[in-house]
Amino acid sequence: MTYKERLDKRKFDEPRKIEAKAGVIPNADGSAYFKIGNTAAYAAVYGPRNLHPKFLQDPSKGVLRCNYNMMPFSSSGERVRPGGSRRSKEISMVTQKSLLPVLDLAEYPNSVVDVFIELPQTEAGSRCAGICAASMALADAGLAMKDLVAAVSVGKVDDKLVVDLDYKEESYEDGPVADIPLAMMPNHDEITLLQMDGLISKDDLKNVLEMGKKVLKDIYEVQKKALKDKYRQK
Amino acid sequence: MSEISVKDKDIAVPGEVLAVGMDSFPGIGTYREGENIIAALLGLVQLDGRTIKLIPLSGRYIPKKYDTIICTVIDVSFSGWRLETNSPYSAMLSMKEATSQFIARGADLTKFYNIGDHISCKIVNVTSQKLVDVTMKGMGLFKLKGGRIINVASNKVPRIVGKQGSMVSMIKDATKCSITVGQNGLVWINGTPEGELLAVNAIRKIEEESHLSGLTDRIKEFLEKNKSTIKN
Repeated sequence: MTYKERLDKRKFDEPRKIEAKAGVIPNADGSAYFKIGNTAAYAAVYGPRNLHPKFLQDPSKGVLRCNYNMMPFSSSGERVRPGGSRRSKEISMVTQKSLLPVLDLAEYPNSVVDVFIELPQTEAGSRCAGICAASMALADAGLAMKDLVAAVSVGKVDDKLVVDLDYKEESYEDGPVADIPLAMMPNHDEITLLQMDGLISKDDLKNVLEMGKKVLKDIYEVQKKALKDKYRQK
Repeated sequence: MSEISVKDKDIAVPGEVLAVGMDSFPGIGTYREGENIIAALLGLVQLDGRTIKLIPLSGRYIPKKYDTIICTVIDVSFSGWRLETNSPYSAMLSMKEATSQFIARGADLTKFYNIGDHISCKIVNVTSQKLVDVTMKGMGLFKLKGGRIINVASNKVPRIVGKQGSMVSMIKDATKCSITVGQNGLVWINGTPEGELLAVNAIRKIEEESHLSGLTDRIKEFLEKNKSTIKN
């Protein structure tokens, strides 16, 4: 019971500071920037465009292809080896699966929508930041979506339920830690990503998901404002 | 009575509830879920009676029947030409649709259109799998020789053309260029170098300011001001 106050003095259900911007990469069909605390993500969407190799094409609908990449200098410790890894491949896959339920690609058979997520700086919660940026970039690219996707990590540090763990909390040593990345469609209350690292009881999980849902609604508002601001300024 | 929570020309974001109640109707870019009408696009709200529509602000061009587009020849086959259409899908121009001239069996098709040539053509059919067939029979459909091609956002094309082509004919008159606007966002401009430059600048101006009102007047003014750069 030593974890009485969060290491960075936040409230237990308070996320880190969030910034978002849409349309940051002129060359892409859609793009967005999402920063939460010290974790920053850029997402660029290209397409729908022609898909090669041809055997990957799906004649009934378009294909979504995601690529998650941490830049070599992005982490606070060791240099991240550039190029794909086992970890980045898995995160690319879960990102794709978390975004697909909102997208309607039936209009684009045999084509592909490419999403590139680049992280210039990370400090925990990078897949969530990536998903937030990617869903904004997909909307910016003018694709048909039934909702945006907002994501945040929730979990348990020692005996406290917390929202948006930072790196120090993830690696807290004086007690057990559970880290649960959560992605949702904020207007439909449907979960599109739920992973877990660590242990948590059933009741705690239910409670912490409720805490997460509230924060995700706020994140959706930030995403919404960023997308609207892109056209308001001009 | 249904409650509409947006105004005309507002910007809507996917997932945003636009109206509650059963006496409003979901138009393009929206869908109904229970009582709610929800946005399915990032777009500009247009209230059309009781129908709520969204006009997309971005997005790639998707081939549509009867569109006139500007293409590049990317391949020549036995029976026709394959064309790049500035969209996810390529188009096929068959020998029969290409010309009214007689083409002998086994003739060299590159004599008509070679790889890299640009043509203006019209889409005659699009299948569910987005196989696109085009024709070159019709007015204003030909091989593009000389001039320049510029790329604009395909959803700005209606603004560049204007009501009944008013905007584009205004630019044509002022710059003395011939202009073909493809629905796929490619615009071919042919004239004197000065005229072409002015036309390009005018089109870029339209693209930037398309969502602001009084566009026609501003473009007219812009063209009047810069008319002196063109030699007759």
